[in-house]
Amino acid sequence: MSRISAGRGLLALAAGVLLAWPASAKTELTVYTAVEAEDLKRYAEAFNKDHPDIEIKWVRDSTGIVTAKLLAEKDNPQADVIWGLAATSLLLMKGEGMLEPYAPKGLAALDPKFRDQDDPPYWTGMDAWVASVCVNTVEAEKNKLPMPASWEDLTKPVYKGHVAMPNPNSSGTGFLDVSSWLQIFGEEGGWDFMDRLHQNISHYTHSGSKPCKQAAAGEVPIGVSFAFRGAKSKAAGAPLEIIVPKEGIGWDMEATAIVAGTDDLEAAKTLVDWSVSETANKLYNEGYAVVAIPGLAKPVKHFPEGITEAMIDNNFEWAAQNRKRILGEWQSRYDSKSEPKS
Amino acid sequence: MAETATAEAPVVRPKLGRDDWILRGFMAVIGLYLVVALALPLYFMLSKSVATYSFRLDGYELQVDRGGGWGETLNALDLALAQGLVEPGAQRAAADERLSPAKLFPDFSFRAETRYRLRNTEPTEGGFLVRGEAVTSTEWQAFSSNDFRRVALRPAPGLGLGNYLEYFSTPALFRSIFNSLEIALISTVITVSLAFVFAYALTRSCMAFRPAFRVIAMIPILVPSLLPGIALVYLFGAQSMVLKVLEALLGAEAVAPLWAWLRDGAYGPSAIYGPTGIVISEVFFTFPHALIIIVTALSIADARLYEAAVALRARPARIFLTVTLPGARYGLISAAFVVFTLVITDFGAPKVIGGQFNVLAVDVYKQVIGQQNFEMGAVVSMILLIPAVAAFVVDRQVQKRQVALLSARAVAYQPQPDRRFDSLMLAYSLAVALFMFGILAVCQYAALIKFWPYDLSLGLANYNFDVMDGGGWASYGNSIRMALYSAVFGTVIVFLGAYMVEKGRRMRLGRAGFQFLAMMPMAVPGMVLGLSYIFFFNDPANPLNFLYGTMGILVICTVTHFYTVAHLTAVTALKQMDPEFESVSASLKQPFTKVFARVTVPVCAPAILDIWIYLFVNAMTTVSAVVFLYSPDTTLASVAVLNMDDAGDIAPAAAMGMMIFYTNAAVRLLHAAASHGIHRRTQAWRRR
Repeated sequence: MSRISAGRGLLALAAGVLLAWPASAKTELTVYTAVEAEDLKRYAEAFNKDHPDIEIKWVRDSTGIVTAKLLAEKDNPQADVIWGLAATSLLLMKGEGMLEPYAPKGLAALDPKFRDQDDPPYWTGMDAWVASVCVNTVEAEKNKLPMPASWEDLTKPVYKGHVAMPNPNSSGTGFLDVSSWLQIFGEEGGWDFMDRLHQNISHYTHSGSKPCKQAAAGEVPIGVSFAFRGAKSKAAGAPLEIIVPKEGIGWDMEATAIVAGTDDLEAAKTLVDWSVSETANKLYNEGYAVVAIPGLAKPVKHFPEGITEAMIDNNFEWAAQNRKRILGEWQSRYDSKSEPKS
Repeated sequence: MAETATAEAPVVRPKLGRDDWILRGFMAVIGLYLVVALALPLYFMLSKSVATYSFRLDGYELQVDRGGGWGETLNALDLALAQGLVEPGAQRAAADERLSPAKLFPDFSFRAETRYRLRNTEPTEGGFLVRGEAVTSTEWQAFSSNDFRRVALRPAPGLGLGNYLEYFSTPALFRSIFNSLEIALISTVITVSLAFVFAYALTRSCMAFRPAFRVIAMIPILVPSLLPGIALVYLFGAQSMVLKVLEALLGAEAVAPLWAWLRDGAYGPSAIYGPTGIVISEVFFTFPHALIIIVTALSIADARLYEAAVALRARPARIFLTVTLPGARYGLISAAFVVFTLVITDFGAPKVIGGQFNVLAVDVYKQVIGQQNFEMGAVVSMILLIPAVAAFVVDRQVQKRQVALLSARAVAYQPQPDRRFDSLMLAYSLAVALFMFGILAVCQYAALIKFWPYDLSLGLANYNFDVMDGGGWASYGNSIRMALYSAVFGTVIVFLGAYMVEKGRRMRLGRAGFQFLAMMPMAVPGMVLGLSYIFFFNDPANPLNFLYGTMGILVICTVTHFYTVAHLTAVTALKQMDPEFESVSASLKQPFTKVFARVTVPVCAPAILDIWIYLFVNAMTTVSAVVFLYSPDTTLASVAVLNMDDAGDIAPAAAMGMMIFYTNAAVRLLHAAASHGIHRRTQAWRRR
């Protein structure tokens, strides 16, 4: 199948080159991204089917690195478009005046959560990665743990030493957990909740997917992680239950924006138009269960029900602006679990 | 040093010819390599660690026009203090922190008709950004309120110990110093004791299979230091294989208290996480390094001392305490320092099994990869450098003394068979060998199980690296390429460098300086070297910037990291050669290249092969030096082990770790065969 589509892509490409030749040479866009490397090829191929005249030059790394790279290049931006970076990161850049506001064609079709609140928006969302709790049913039974239904449940003494969660200082998933609790419970209530949760935490991990994978392997009964990971592990045969806490769940999204000062604004706009299209959203749906256009996504197997409804009204702006402060506070409170628990 | 004396010795002192200039040219090139690949990056890191940023708010002046012309001149610091935005004193900030001047005005609205203007009172002090463009002039700049909200004040760079102050006022950070020292000391005591008994069994007993034990004890050199941690997670994690086996043997009732005890871990899901697991992993990882040194120390025992002791009717225990131990003391001290340095700079074991127990090497990683806080990463690196350099300096002093201990009239000690003692030693050695094999066997078993502990059927699903983090099978290919490049280029560079130091004439100072540079990498932890490479090579102003993110920088970093041991091997081999060879060739008016190619290289062939395999094996297993430097196109197998474990894919991590082991073991076998062949062809002159 891939050979055929690649062949078709090549044909389309060749046709595109031939057709575009008399008018102008092919446009090249430098696109910064944190999307998985294996997805990039698919995205570019699909885009070039519709727009063979624009060539994408990818610069890919993990979210933290891409964010740092963009901020470092602020005075001399190298990127034309950012396609597939955390919205909280894009908000940082919006605050730095690095983004070009643009209302892409098809903006109206997006879920209002999936766009910048300014008009025209500085960025538009693609898909969401959503917090969830992975519970290993075998281990829960062995340790006589009741199934938790809410975040509050996780602070009960019965779960002492049975919960793992990502460290927000290194993990994007960890940060969306912490920032969502501060929004759900309020600033004071959030820290109070985390103080109590901390009593039950077995360990903090560096990566956001590890708590769920550890829960899948029975290394820890409960892992605070994200839904997509849990569904994947469940599909692999792990005795997992994916819980959506009833207070609501935090989430962050991959989003797209035009970098202010790009040499080729028209091509950049074409790419962003395409990035919110239905075709693109269907593409995102292959990896993510929640995408920007509501009602479009096909359910992903093993995904918990009611997850879209449980997503909180996340104030990304607030999260981005207070990121440094929250992380500092978190570190001083919890990052020194170097003394044995009593 | 001794080598300069021998090199100065030749009676014939020809004036500098073409050869000498070529030699000097080579030395300058390789010396330059060491300066660029080692000295400059470290200097860059030092300067990064004292780079601080702060908002100099009193350096900005503002005026507001609310429709009636420009108002009075306001100072930004006064406004900020009045607003309660800042505390009096220096406004410390991160390099990428920005402050919006609009915040200085509580009534600010970007829709208002108000106009603002802003100027720096002093040029170059951080200045401000207008739509991303830096303004450092002292001219007034006027803005509409809509534009004014996009203006950002930049912190001014400065020098100071602010980062260090922050480090020492953050308990979460500086507690790692004590944690690191604690595990390094405990691991050192345990490893040196265990290795001493093993070395004693190898050199002072007549137990069976001694050559085999010698080979088995070297296994840990062939695997990344992450692997023992992974095995421990399987053996003693919350789903402990050991307890599950016990459960099957003794019944669930008997083992229940053990489960309860094991699962009450202070630093992670089970008791093995934290210092316990780190120490066991480090003992595995450092055992061969200690063993090599102690075996050498015990092998040079003088049999005459033992004969004298026996003649004086000293009891075995007394002989041990008064003859054996003192004879091996320098070896023991040296082994202790080597193990201490390896442990305190190791990153793999604490990363995998450390849980919430923070150590310095992991802190560097957490600061840089997790938080993008490069300045703090540099500070932790500088702190990590202190114990490593101290241990290195003391060790060099001790080793100099060890040389003086050898006597020309010493008689080699021959152990006598003693059934009870020999079988005791055999039992001990078997236990150690079982430990080594056990770690490998567990990893291999874990790699083949489909889904521990819920689906124990075997399969190759965990080898499907392409669907995991870390770069997939490509990273394995990259690692082999990187190891081959490092081994080939590294051997050439190291051997030529050693040749210049040994055989070069005059230029005493230059050669001493070169020797010093060549010894330095030993004292620099891999993490520190890697991080300093980011600062140095990622600087856009650096003409070598193009190397960043390529295979080239990985090779340079690896060769530099392992330079010292390779250099010492080459120097030792070259010392065996009489300088007369060069003198004779010079008097026959032959270019030095001829002697080099026809005599030096063949004579030193075994050493050259040893350097090659040393670099290859270490390039395959190293994580710490390259973890900051790989790019999406140059992911490495050892880093893939780390990243897969980090993402929770521990079984694939074990599978990849075992791939590294098999590769190294196979190359090691090839090396043994090649050594054998080359030895027969080039070393015939050694036989009579």
